[in-house]
Amino acid sequence: MSETKKFLYVNRKAPYGTIYALESLEVVLIGAAFEQDVSLAFLDDGVFQLTKGQNTDGIGIKNFSPTFRALGDFEVTKLFVEKESLEERGLTADDLQEIVYEDEDDDWEEKPSIKLVSRAEMADVMADQDVVLSF
Amino acid sequence: MSTLHTVNKSPFSTQSLLSCLNHCKDGDAVLMIEDGVYGALANSGMSDQVKAKAGNVSIYVMTPDSDARGLADDKLLDEVSGVDYAGFVNLVTEHDRTQNWL
Repeated sequence: MSETKKFLYVNRKAPYGTIYALESLEVVLIGAAFEQDVSLAFLDDGVFQLTKGQNTDGIGIKNFSPTFRALGDFEVTKLFVEKESLEERGLTADDLQEIVYEDEDDDWEEKPSIKLVSRAEMADVMADQDVVLSF
Repeated sequence: MSTLHTVNKSPFSTQSLLSCLNHCKDGDAVLMIEDGVYGALANSGMSDQVKAKAGNVSIYVMTPDSDARGLADDKLLDEVSGVDYAGFVNLVTEHDRTQNWL
């Protein structure tokens, strides 16, 4: 009945100082039920959301970073991460969690969900959407 | 296909305007609203970066917001055009999508 639209969730904030990052993830999970073409963008401080080794025991806030690894089960399989944003923060792809999905069109082979893109490529991703939701 | 970008934070307290300008495509528009209007100031640390984009990207400032903050026209970059609320609505309809840089 309804046509599939391309949705991009843009994440530009670090994970625990504000509620934006957690709220974004909640909205992505809710939105996943509507079977749209969903992508996530991580740029600026948003790249800090995906780092390995987060431990929130000392601050009394839920560590929601493992939830990113569940996105594949909801057919959210495109996590675009901006290279320049990583570099500006002294990070590399090795500092990020491994996030994979099982490709149903390829014998359920495990494939990486994180796609590193340049700033120019990120601009192309943004320009290719029907709806852009910012957090 | 083009995008209307809105920026509502001062460029002197966040990188939102800078990041927005860095991700704009030719033919896009940037609308500065709320504290974002400080990005339209002439002779500021951000002016050169706004001017550099102004050829390929249309830059607008929400006049009620700049008026509220006492930013007279002669304090603003010549490359920036003022719009009112109706103009904001027109910009939304003239572009394929709106992206808010929070």
